[in-house]
Amino acid sequence: MDSLDLLLGGFQQALTLQNLFYAVLGVFLGTAVGVLPGIGPAMTLALLLPITYSVGPDSALIMFAGIYYGGMYGGSTTSILLNTPGESSSVVTAIEGNKMAKKGRAAQALATAAIGSFVAGTIGTLLLVLFAPSVAGQVVKLGNPSNFALILLALFAVTAVLGTSRLRGFIALFLGLAIGLVGGQTGQARLTFGNPLLADGIDIVVVAVAIFAIGEALWVAAHLRRRPLDIIPVGQPWMSRDDWGRSWKPWLRGTALGFPFGALPAGGAEIPTFLSYVAERKLAKHPEEFGKGAIEGVAGPEAANNASAAGTLVPLLAIGLPTTATAAIMLLAIQSYGIETGPQLFDTEPDLVWALLASLFIGNTLLLVLNLPLAPLWAKLLQIPRPYLYAGILFFASLGAYSVSFQPFDLAILLVIGLLGLAMRRFGLPVLPLIIGVILGPKLEEQLTTSLQISSGDISTLWSEPVAVIVYAFIALALVAIVASGLRKPKPATPVDDQEEVSA
Amino acid sequence: MSVVVMYSPDEFGRVALSYGATEAARRSERLVVVNPTKGDAYVDTKFAHDDELAKLRATLERLDVETQILHDVVPDIAGAVLQAASTTGASLIVVGIRPRTPVGKLLLGSVAQRLILDAECPVLAVKPDGSEDLLR
Repeated sequence: MDSLDLLLGGFQQALTLQNLFYAVLGVFLGTAVGVLPGIGPAMTLALLLPITYSVGPDSALIMFAGIYYGGMYGGSTTSILLNTPGESSSVVTAIEGNKMAKKGRAAQALATAAIGSFVAGTIGTLLLVLFAPSVAGQVVKLGNPSNFALILLALFAVTAVLGTSRLRGFIALFLGLAIGLVGGQTGQARLTFGNPLLADGIDIVVVAVAIFAIGEALWVAAHLRRRPLDIIPVGQPWMSRDDWGRSWKPWLRGTALGFPFGALPAGGAEIPTFLSYVAERKLAKHPEEFGKGAIEGVAGPEAANNASAAGTLVPLLAIGLPTTATAAIMLLAIQSYGIETGPQLFDTEPDLVWALLASLFIGNTLLLVLNLPLAPLWAKLLQIPRPYLYAGILFFASLGAYSVSFQPFDLAILLVIGLLGLAMRRFGLPVLPLIIGVILGPKLEEQLTTSLQISSGDISTLWSEPVAVIVYAFIALALVAIVASGLRKPKPATPVDDQEEVSA
Repeated sequence: MSVVVMYSPDEFGRVALSYGATEAARRSERLVVVNPTKGDAYVDTKFAHDDELAKLRATLERLDVETQILHDVVPDIAGAVLQAASTTGASLIVVGIRPRTPVGKLLLGSVAQRLILDAECPVLAVKPDGSEDLLR
């Protein structure tokens, strides 16, 4: 189809003065929160959800996409200069990046990360533009049973594939599904405890703000004072001819690894960044440099994490399935405008989708322009005392939760779920399965009831479509693989302490 | 008895150290170098990191007087210096004075001001004036 025409139309809409302003604002905010450990794009989006009440859908989504991409850029700065990943996707970058910085090559590490992110982000967005419409075209033909299976797969994959402990993952998932059950949408009051204020269910915005913002703020408050980290001073990022020569192949390989992993329902940037690091170490001309600051070890993973950010937008826009926490909140934002998400999005809201896609190209370019000269400035953000930061976060979190329905009761819910968020961080439960469970749980139920209504109660309808059968087979295979690998070598318990600074 | 120096790895800390070392030698008292941090930011440029600390330690060893370094995470910077002064029986506290912009005065407190007001011993407030840099 004429995707190009639609994309050009999208550029036309994204390049209006207002939308350009929101794009700049988004990438600025995104980079800032990416730089700060503990505050990630998911939390920022959750805090900014109330903005959707007063700003048009195109502007809000353009800003949110800027924050998403910006967070991926910003995380690398902290990884390289401080040896503490600003984002979970930058954990691998810290390995070589910080070593490079210690050798006095911080400028080159930052440059290869920024340019690599730009290259990967642009290629990833191009692939997104090419694939997403055709995927949506296929998915829209699927019936309810297949959609049910796909949602099941997403829930399963996000829980079982990511994270260190599957048990913890499933606990978090079921907590999320339970929160999603509250309310009387099905005509029957569930888990409302006779409270009329719970009859409409718990608003997902309140859950997201509580888990990401309140939970994190309480967690930081519990660990307020700790020895400051050594930061490596840096000037203007730049690269020599030799650095370019060593970087461009890892950029492309990282992109090739990152995009498909992002696009799979088991998305996220952790696996592709790690795979990219391993691949670069194997392929490097100077493998002895790895562990001592090899530029390939920064270039590859940084490209991979931006490409996977583009990849996660494929299931988000084409199927309506979020696979990362940030994508989950973007889905919420779209829904808060009353726009039905799912494969039909490309047909019902072409202007919105194509403006969003065009803004990704613009945001990527803005990020490169912003990040190369401003790296020393971003590093200064790390000197802000945490009490100031988190006081602001708590304020906006409460404001956001209250503005959902102007019910003081929502603030009580916010606090309770915030405490749950604190407990989850304390016991190492991942928050992603919970938030995905809250969002997808009701959808899963809806697909199930619709399929059973159509088949007038015949349960075999669930495996009546070939796509559904393939998905179930895939889940079964994955289950068998998990059990088999678990039986073969019992894994030693992995400590989860180091994850406390990593934001979702 | 001791001379307490409020140290930070910058020109203000170094000039305080320089005057403190001179005073400690003249009074033949112990030199206590305090470099606290509140530890509430990811990066605190006023908190000496490992290289700077090693350099400071080497410098102090060259001095003729007995020395001590307090390098801790504390809830209150001025409080930590005052605490060090009272436990070591300080006869003098030396602090480097940093200029603040009008906005800075509005937003930030002053550790030096609290030291001067709350200390039980004389406080020597010094400014970078080209006096000998011991760490060089």
